[in-house]
Parts: sequence; C-alpha cells; structure tokens
Amino acid sequence: MQEVTASALLTNKIGLHARPSVKLTQTAKRFGSRIEVATSAAGPWTDAKSPVKIMRVKAAKGDVLHFKASGEDASAALAALVDIVARKFDEE
Amino acid sequence: MERRLSGLAASTGLAFGPAVAFRVVGEVRRETGSVASERQALADAVAASLQAVTALAASLHGEAADIVGFQVALLEDDALTEGAYAAIERGVPADAAWRQALAEEIAGYEASDDPYFRARAADLADIRDRVLRQLFGLPELTNAPPGAVILAQDLPPSAFLGIDWSQGGGIVLGAGSPTSHVAMLARGRGVPMVVGIGSDWEAVSGTVVVDGMAGLVLTGPLRASIEEARRRADELGHVRSKAETRKREPALTRDGTRIAVMVNVAGMADVAGFPAEACDGIGLTRTEFLVEQALQDEARQFEAYAALLHWAAGRPVTIRTLDAGGDKPIAGYTIDGETNPFLGLRGIRLSLRHPEIFRVQLRALARAASLGPLKVMLPMVTAARELELTRGLLDSVLAELAAEGVPHAAPALGIMVEIPAAAMAVASFDAAFFSIGSNDLTQYATAAARDGSAVAAYADVLHPGVLAMITHVARHGAELGREVSLCGDAGGDPRAIAALLRAGVRAVSVSPGLLAMAKEAIREVDLSQPGADA
Repeated sequence: MQEVTASALLTNKIGLHARPSVKLTQTAKRFGSRIEVATSAAGPWTDAKSPVKIMRVKAAKGDVLHFKASGEDASAALAALVDIVARKFDEE
Repeated sequence: MERRLSGLAASTGLAFGPAVAFRVVGEVRRETGSVASERQALADAVAASLQAVTALAASLHGEAADIVGFQVALLEDDALTEGAYAAIERGVPADAAWRQALAEEIAGYEASDDPYFRARAADLADIRDRVLRQLFGLPELTNAPPGAVILAQDLPPSAFLGIDWSQGGGIVLGAGSPTSHVAMLARGRGVPMVVGIGSDWEAVSGTVVVDGMAGLVLTGPLRASIEEARRRADELGHVRSKAETRKREPALTRDGTRIAVMVNVAGMADVAGFPAEACDGIGLTRTEFLVEQALQDEARQFEAYAALLHWAAGRPVTIRTLDAGGDKPIAGYTIDGETNPFLGLRGIRLSLRHPEIFRVQLRALARAASLGPLKVMLPMVTAARELELTRGLLDSVLAELAAEGVPHAAPALGIMVEIPAAAMAVASFDAAFFSIGSNDLTQYATAAARDGSAVAAYADVLHPGVLAMITHVARHGAELGREVSLCGDAGGDPRAIAALLRAGVRAVSVSPGLLAMAKEAIREVDLSQPGADA
C-alpha cells in the first residue's frame, strides 16, 4: 500500500494542547488508514489516533507537524488533518 | 442521638438528607488478587470512570465541558493504561500499577517548559483519583442520591460540579473556608454549606441537617429537629421564590433609595440563561482564567470582552485586569514560593512588572471599549503611582491603536479598594470609580487569612474597623460624585447588606445566583430609620 505524507505549520498559540489534541485525534479516527504524526520528518512517529500519545509530543506553536498515512483513505485523511491544523483547530 | 457540630456558615440555607462521605484516596491500599483479577479490576475501574466522566461531560457546557471532554478522550485511550497493564503482568497490584503509570505521565507534564502543558498535570491527577476511587469501591459523588449531604475534609470544585444539586442537598467540610472557591460555587447555586467542623465529619452517617445560616450541623437529628428544619426550609423556599419573581424589578430600599445591583462573572458561561435586564450591568469580571489561557492572545481576550458587552446590551461592563498571584498562581507568570503570597507580588503589582503581557490585555480592553460602556478596574492598588503608571500604559496603547487604524475607545479607569492603606488614602487616587473588594479588604484589615478555617471567624466584614473604612471610601465617592460599588461576597450576603447600605454603599455586585435574594434584602432596609435593622 502506498504511503502518503503531508506537513502543516502549527500556528495556534497554545500548540497541541488539550483541545487541539482531542480534535486532531477525533479527525484521524474518522479514517480507516493508519496515521502517524511527528514534529520532525525523521520521526519519531506517533499514532495520530491516540490523544495520550499526541499530548506526550507536546508540540508547540511554530513546530511543523509531519503526517504519514497508509490505507484506502490515506490521502483524504491527510487532507483533513492539514486542514484542521491550518484552521488552528477552530480555536481562534 | 442528636449531636450538634458547630462550624462556620459558608452558604446560607437549610438542607437535610442522607450523609455521603467523600474521602481522598490518599494512601489506601487494596487486597491484591491474581494477575487476571487485578487486570479485570483495573479494566472495570477505568470503564466505570469513563462512564462517569462521559455523563458529566454531556451535562456541562463551555470551558467546563472541554475540560471534562479532554478527560474522556484520555480515559478512552488504551495508551493511558498500557503501562499499568504491563506492570500488572509483572505481579504489581492494580492500584500500585495505576499510580505508577500515572505518576510517570504526570511527571512528563510537570517537566514541560510550557505552562499550558504543565497545567494538564492536574487533569491527569483528577483521572488518577477517579480510577482509584473505583478500585477502592469509594463512592463517586456523581452517584450520590438526590438531596444528599456531602461530608468531606475538603471538596475540589470539579467534584462540586459533578453533583446534581437540582434536588437540594448540602455540604459539610472538616476544613475549608467560607471564601474558598467551592464555597463561592455553593453560594452561587444556593447549596447550604457549613465549613470548619474539624474531624467530626468522618464519623457522621444517617440523616444530617445542615443549617447554613447558623453554621450548624445536626447528626442523628430528632424527629422534631427534622420537622423544624423542614419548616424553615419551606419558609426560605417561599422567600426565594418570591425574590425570583421580583428579580427583574429594580432594588429600592423601603425609603425609596435606588441601589444598583450588578453581577460578578468570569465569562459568558456565568450569565448563560441569566437575563441582563435583571441587573445593572457587570460589576466585576475576573479575567484570571481567561488570561491564563490567552496570556499573549489579544484577539481571544477581545472576543471574550466583546461577548460580555454584547450580552449587557448597553449596561456598563467592568473588567478587572489580571489579578494573578496570592491564591491564584499562573505557572510561568507569578512567582513560585513567595513566603507570604497574599502580601506579595500580585494583582497590579505583577501586571506592572510584565508590561508586555499587560499591554496585550489593555489593547484588548481598549478595542472592546469601542463597542459599549467598558470600565477597567485595577486590582490590589496600593499607591497612586500604580494607577498613573497604568494610565500611561493605557494612553500609549490607545495611541498605538489610533496609529494602526484599529477601532478603540478610552475606557473608564478605576481601582479596587482592597488594601486598608489605599482605603484610608482613597482621596489620593484620581480614579473614575472605586470598587471595594470586601474579601481582601476584610482579610487584610483583620489580619485573618481568607482560607484559614481556624481564623475565618475573625475575617468579619461587619467588624466596626472594616465598616469604618467602607464608610470612608463611600463618603469620598459621594463628595466627588464618583461611583463606589462593592464587589466582594458581603454584597450578596443578606446579613451584611443593611450595614453596607448604612455605610454609604449604593452599588453592589454579586454572583448571578445571589442577585434575587440580595435585591430582597435591600428592599427590607429603611435608610430613613437609622440603625433600625442593623
């Protein structure tokens, strides 16, 4: 299966804090694909469907979020994730 | 056998109901079983906790719903429990395994440089304790029967929020103080509460009567005592419902003096469903919670202030600048480990130390002032210089906004009077208005801590020394024609209202839940008859 990648700049002021983390994982869970996220293109990679693991990343404003996904709906999943990061998780 | 336990009245009213003890999990240990049974015990405890927080999240809205919603997401996630299950496989009992796994998680947040992530440690601790309560079979407060009397050493505000108070009920605390956050919540919701009864609460069971007016708790009450409590509760209920029907009418004393009654809020959630017509505006907006989440975020602060002005529909809205410090720390902003934080760097003192953060709030306030009658109130002012330094900052912010072409207006700049030296020297402040912060003024004037149950009885706003300061400030305001209001708890306390009006106070600001009863208490006062009601 083809792996797709994408990245987005985290610009909301509070980084991947409680609410954004929950929104990000909720978005990822809508898709069947395996989705991972990292703050560096080299990893380490984190399961994008786990709010506990996402919170452990403690990504801050100005970090670039790298996504990779594999599965039937991988492209759609990454489009949705990049979109929600660009919309600042509807926080601002 | 009937026993009377005396404490301090923290929230007025009468309640009688079954005792439900709320104990902290502390160092309780459970008996350990096989690996399979420990695994099952943890799974059951997590599932039961998840069910409880999911139900709680559905019943809340706004910021509170988000906080609990975050806890739901974490409890749903296997990543939270995998470390604990791995330890159980190695023979560690379920409770120890869970404590250890959460301790690591919490330590990860506490070590963060970012105050937003550090603050999440408290959410994890709450989750840890919820699951432990399930493991130990300790009752969840959300399952307390309707009308129960909750007994505890102390009660976290989140626990209070998880209880359904619609069927009545009351609170009795071993420790605590009438000025704690949970006491404020209880008064706002009309839940009778007595605090500071000591360790006696631990032995209480059966039916309990809570007399939040006298600060008394009856255990094992006689039938006659229950009847008496029922009668008085009914009476009080009548007064309350009469007050509610007259809530939208202005507050006039018997002699026809108009008293302005405003509301204290921390954000829009506090006035959800509350009719703006029932009040004379917002007398105090606490910005600590909002600004903690948006310290450098002008847009978000502006939105919050604009929403309040919109709600108030032309009535004045008073917003207090950040009052951090003392009992309200903000990680990374306030100073850790001050020896005496209440006499330390707090309120305006701290804001002036961080002009870059203060300017963000002043810009948001000046922008909001273009939308309606906005008043800016400075907390913990000691010297006239602090007011003038702030005025200077505000002027430069206004010039900046003008240069940027951003809509703005100059808000009225006033001060809180809560330091005795400032109260006595009130004439030295060129403030547009004065608002007496009766909680801190009383605490500082009586040298009795707000949160110390052993001395809380000393912190009495009706002390003649405190009333003399309030009289002095009110007289000064009347002479200059500048508004003097009072935004502390005393303004919503029926027992204190007559004395405050006699001291010259003509505007009070109270929690929205207390407004109707405060207006009723004002209607009882006859200012043409000196001292008749005092």
